[in-house]
Amino acid sequence: MDWHIFAQQLVNGLVLGSIYGLIAIGYTMVYGIIGMINFAHGDIYMVSAYLTAIFLAILTMLGVTAVSVPLALVVVMLLTIMFTALYGWTVERVAYRPLRGSTRLAPLISAIGMSLVLQNYVQISQGARNQGIPSLIEGTLRVGGESAYVQITTVQLLIVVVSFVAMGILTYIIHKTSLGRQCRATQQDRKMANILGINTDRVISMVFLIGAAMAAIAGALVSFNYGSFDFYIGFVTGIKAFTAAVLGGIGSLPGAMLGGLILGLSESLFSGLINTDYKDVFAFALLVLVLIFRPSGLLGKPEVEKV
Amino acid sequence: MNRSPFKKTLFASVLCASMALSGVAMAEVLKISVAGPHTGAYAAFGEQLWRGAEQAAKDINAAGGINGKMLELVKSDDACEPKQAVAVANRAVDADKVVGVVGHFCSSSTMPASEIYADADILTITPASTNPQVTERGLPTMMRMCGRDDQQGIVAGDYIVKKLGSKRVAIIHDKDTYGQGLADATRAQLRKNGLTEVLYEGLTRGEKDFNALVTKIRSLNTDAVYFGGLHTEAGPLVRQMREQGVNAVFISGDGIVSEDFATAAGGNNFVKGVQMTFGADPRKNAAGKAVIEKFRAANYEPEGYTLYSYASMQVLAAALKGSGSTSGAKMAAWLKKNPVDTVMGSKAFDAKGDLQVSDYVMYSWDDKGKYAEVQ
Repeated sequence: MDWHIFAQQLVNGLVLGSIYGLIAIGYTMVYGIIGMINFAHGDIYMVSAYLTAIFLAILTMLGVTAVSVPLALVVVMLLTIMFTALYGWTVERVAYRPLRGSTRLAPLISAIGMSLVLQNYVQISQGARNQGIPSLIEGTLRVGGESAYVQITTVQLLIVVVSFVAMGILTYIIHKTSLGRQCRATQQDRKMANILGINTDRVISMVFLIGAAMAAIAGALVSFNYGSFDFYIGFVTGIKAFTAAVLGGIGSLPGAMLGGLILGLSESLFSGLINTDYKDVFAFALLVLVLIFRPSGLLGKPEVEKV
Repeated sequence: MNRSPFKKTLFASVLCASMALSGVAMAEVLKISVAGPHTGAYAAFGEQLWRGAEQAAKDINAAGGINGKMLELVKSDDACEPKQAVAVANRAVDADKVVGVVGHFCSSSTMPASEIYADADILTITPASTNPQVTERGLPTMMRMCGRDDQQGIVAGDYIVKKLGSKRVAIIHDKDTYGQGLADATRAQLRKNGLTEVLYEGLTRGEKDFNALVTKIRSLNTDAVYFGGLHTEAGPLVRQMREQGVNAVFISGDGIVSEDFATAAGGNNFVKGVQMTFGADPRKNAAGKAVIEKFRAANYEPEGYTLYSYASMQVLAAALKGSGSTSGAKMAAWLKKNPVDTVMGSKAFDAKGDLQVSDYVMYSWDDKGKYAEVQ
């Protein structure tokens, strides 16, 4: 094994892991605060890919992309984050809030239903075919010689950087701001937090907003990276991100990122060094192994602060 | 209270009348199931099948139907999932009472579903399933309007060795009946030509990130990559190859014959130079000119398997007329003796239910996202 091939597989895994991590945050935050698995989260991510393409088309029509590509990208990202967050908020409002206080299974089924609703809604309104998005962000960073090189495209670099920055901002919000304190209070004891004057319904809404916003960042960046998407991408990616959240310890914010990175790297290295056929088998075997020895995930210790 | 017996009688007579009416209506239509991935990630192919069959049914009905009986299409959606294929096959047989099936698309769906059609004695014509096992299992009611992967693999295998002169070939498939079957057929022909592949691996359907696999291909210095699978995975795979600076020739089969392939790759520049095997372009056949005009007038380009689906419908109609029966076995027996004039020219079937002549040729994609035969 040449060093540059090994290094390249590390880069591949890092990029993949960052995407998983960003989406896993949505699962882990929702679980942390209301103890429920939001199965519609993968589809929120899928919706954000469509929104990205739609906003980009609008801006291209208005001529913004012709003036400045970075400006257009920033505007597209911000619009996508806002609208996707709106979707996340709406899903919570429509499908989960009316079921609060009922059995634990009720919102779970409601989430699966929401996932189907979103998939079918996009499929019917946008068509079932693949959608493409122009590659606006060009360029590749290459280290090494003619044939022995390690490379990362600008988009991939952006994915890694943005993931870690978003993660950092989120950690700051949870630990240092008033909203973060309310989140933690709600998570620890919702009833008591209510009595003390925290509007827990509002806090839960905010968590869904933030989770969806993270999925939107992933959705927009991933669309630019792979250049195409369809209404079904939320399923496989959602399952993988959920796995990452469980691996890292569901409910733990750094755990989501760690789980994502471990999953991405192990998939990439196993596929690259051993065999692609069995990479998913390996990834899930790893998950089982971790759960046998640490049932609450890598960072999911009870004393670890949950979001 | 004393009025209720009257009400009951009235209700019963209305019910009888409506049943009689529906009986009459049922006698006048022949239901045909068009089965394929009408939803799901492979819906582009489902659309090809549906468009072709829909137009064919319209034209056959306009010309008087089958001895005065009109054809009515039923959309059976299998989403290219074997389990769902069995479910829709049962529904088509039990609830819709179809007399024929055009479909399915994916070989992995066609095979389990065809067992149900065979039990119910319903003629099944697949316009697109190319896995050899579709017709090799000896089902009397299973016919095929397209070629087979063992024929396709021979063309691809010879092309890679004799025309491209490749020395280091990687074979990738999608672990599905069709994809892996096609990859195996090509591998067999490569080995017959004295070339052993440097890599043979399967990716996961539905994923988008194949960078790890691409890096592996890169490390092996391949000059050709053969892919057995569908365009939804082929697109991202070829894009990530080019992005990582792998310039090996990308070759695939009829699973990428949709202009959505360029969309899935996220840019026409990525599909430039991709080679694929597919039947000689049915759009060039003089027999189909008028039909193709009709499609284009409706603003639809009859690409890929659209005309195969149209032709399957024609064959089904000819068998219904010719055999004078709705028994699948009888219709199939008739077809195996009588060639049928279709939109793709005259087609004759062999004893297995395959076409007697199949005509795989190489196609090449250009930088405008279109494909044309290699001259």
